[in-house]
Amino acid sequence: MNSPTAAPADPSGPLAAAPAARSTRSGPHRAGRRIRRQLPSSPWLFAAPGLLVVGVFSLYPFVSTVVNSFTDRRTLVPGHYVGLANFRELWHDDMFWTGLRNSTLYVLGVVPALVVLPLLLALLVQRHIPGIAFFRAAFYTPVVASIVVVGLIWVWMLDDRGLINSVLEAVGVGKVGFLSDQWLLLCSAMAVTVWKGLGYYMIIYLAALANVPRELHEAAAVDGAGAVRRFFTVTVPALRSTMVLVAALSSVSAFKVFSEVYLMAGPSGGPAGEDTTLVMLVQRVGTGLTGRVGYASAISVVVFVVTVALMLLVLRADRREDA
Amino acid sequence: MSTETDTAKGTDPVTAVRRRRAGVTDKEGRRVPLWQLVLRYALLLVVLALTVGPFLWQLSTSLKGPHEDIFSSPPKFLPGQPTLDNYARVADTIPVWDYALNSLKVAAANVVTNCVGASLAGYALARMRFRGRRAATLAFILAMLVPVEGIIIAQFTTMRDLGLNNTLIAVLLPGSIGAMNVLLMRNAFLNLPYEVEEAAYVDGANAWQRYLRIALPAVKGTLAVVAIFAFMGAWDDFLWPLIVLSDPDRFTLTIGLNYLHGTFANDERLVAAGTVIAVAPLIVLFACLQRYFFRGVGEGAVKG
Repeated sequence: MNSPTAAPADPSGPLAAAPAARSTRSGPHRAGRRIRRQLPSSPWLFAAPGLLVVGVFSLYPFVSTVVNSFTDRRTLVPGHYVGLANFRELWHDDMFWTGLRNSTLYVLGVVPALVVLPLLLALLVQRHIPGIAFFRAAFYTPVVASIVVVGLIWVWMLDDRGLINSVLEAVGVGKVGFLSDQWLLLCSAMAVTVWKGLGYYMIIYLAALANVPRELHEAAAVDGAGAVRRFFTVTVPALRSTMVLVAALSSVSAFKVFSEVYLMAGPSGGPAGEDTTLVMLVQRVGTGLTGRVGYASAISVVVFVVTVALMLLVLRADRREDA
Repeated sequence: MSTETDTAKGTDPVTAVRRRRAGVTDKEGRRVPLWQLVLRYALLLVVLALTVGPFLWQLSTSLKGPHEDIFSSPPKFLPGQPTLDNYARVADTIPVWDYALNSLKVAAANVVTNCVGASLAGYALARMRFRGRRAATLAFILAMLVPVEGIIIAQFTTMRDLGLNNTLIAVLLPGSIGAMNVLLMRNAFLNLPYEVEEAAYVDGANAWQRYLRIALPAVKGTLAVVAIFAFMGAWDDFLWPLIVLSDPDRFTLTIGLNYLHGTFANDERLVAAGTVIAVAPLIVLFACLQRYFFRGVGEGAVKG
C-alpha cells in the first residue's frame, strides 16, 4: 500500500509535486486560501542542515584526506604536492608495517569469534524461559558502556596484581603477563573487543533467528536430525546472510581498532611500540602541533582501501556460496 | 524489527493458556525438558558472570577503603569496609563532575541536533520532490560509508581552520547530524501511509505543518532510537574528543578517565570510582529504555 509512494522514481500525487512547484514558482497561487505569511518550505531548507554537516565533516574531510596524502602538509605548515613520496616512505616505514600487521591480525582474531560466539549466545537466549529478558539485557551491558570504561575495567582485571592473576595464582598457575607481553597484549585486546561486541551481534542474530521458519526444524526433526545436526543443516544455512553481515561489520570495525589497544597498551603501543595499530599510528603521526598531516593522510588512505577491500571480499564470498 | 520479545508477551491467548498448564514451555508452547532447562540456566549464569562480573568487580574495587588490600590472593569480592571515600578523592584529583557536565552537554546537544536535523532531512528525502533529491540521498549514503577513523586528521584540520578546535562545539559538530540517522528517519517516513498527509495537503497544510503535526508524531519510535544512540554515541566517544581537546578544563568524561588512568595509574580505587561514575548513567538509561536499544540495533545494524 505504501510501496508506490516509496519508489523515488515515481512520486506521483499532489503532495509530492507541490513543494517543487512552490519552490520554483513564486506567485500568489493558492493565495485565496492562505493569506497569512508562511515559513518558506523549500525542500532544500529541510535538507540543508543535514547536508551541511555531512558535507563539511564527512565528505569534505574524505576528499581532503586523499588530497593531503599527496602533500607534505603539517599541522601549522601548508604543504606542497610531493607526488607519491608519502607512500614511498610508508613502504620503508617499519612502524607502518607493524601497524598493518597488527590491524590485520586483529581482523583475523576477532571476526571468527564475533561471527560464531554471538550466534551461540543468541541460541542460548532464544527460548522464552522465565527471566530471559533479564539475561538478554545483562548480556548487552558491555555494548552500552563506553570503550574507555571497558578498557580500564579490563586493564585492572588483567593487571599483574589484578583479579585474574590473583585467581591464577591462587589455583597455582602463577602470574601471566597479559599486559606486558607483546603478543598476549594484542590477544587480550582482541578478547576485550569480542567481549564488548557479543551482545550487539547477539541481538542481530536473535532478530534473524526469529525469521527462521519453524517448519524447517520440525521437518528435520521428523527425519531424525538431532539438535547439532539441525544447527548445521537448518540454522546455519538460514542465517547465512546474517553471518555475512556480521562478518562484514565486524571485520571493518576490527581493522580500524584504536581504543582498546590504546588503553591497554598505552599511547605508545606497548613494548617498543610493537602493538601499534594503523589508526593509532594515524593518531600519533597526525596530531599535535608538529603533526605530519600529509603522512597521516597517506596511512588513512591505506585504511580506506583495506576497509573497502574487506567489504568486497566478504560480499564476494557470500555471492560465491550463492552460486 | 519484531524480535520474539514482542510476540511473546502473552498476546496469543492459546500460548498463554498452554504455558499455564504445562509449566515451563517455550514460545510455541512446547515443553522444555528439565535437564535442558537446568543446563540452559547454568550456561546463562556462566555468561552472566562473564559479562556483568567485571563491572561488579570494578564497583567493588571502587568501594574498598584505603587500608584494604585490593590485591589479595585469593581475591576478596566484597569490600570489607565499604566507603564512598574514593569518589570524593576522584573529585579532588580531577574535576570529574565538570567533565561529566561537559559530557552531558555534548550528549544532550547531540540528541537535539540529531533528532531535529535528521528528521528534517529525512522528511525532505522521503516526502518532498525536488531536483537533486537523488543526489542528496546519495550524499548521505556516501557519508555513511566513510570511516570516521580515516578522516579524523582532516576533521581536525577543518576544525582548526574554523577556529573551533579545543572547544566542546568541535566535539559535537562532526556527529551532530549523523548520515545514518537521516537515512533511518527517511525510511521511517517512507513507511508511513501516504493518505493522511495527502488529506492534510488537500486541507491546505503546508510542508512544515505536515512534517510537524502529522509525520513526526507517527515516527516517535524511530526518533527515540535516534535520540538514544545519539546520546550513547556522544557520551561514549573517545578517539575524536581525544584528538580535538587539548585543554584539561574542557575534557569530556572519557578523556578525563584516560587522563586519570595515565597519571594516577597506581591508584586502582580512584580509576575504578571514575569508571563507575562514567558508566552508571548509561546503565540506568539502558535499564529504563531497553526496548529502544534493541530496536536500534535491528534498525541500524549498519552502524557498526
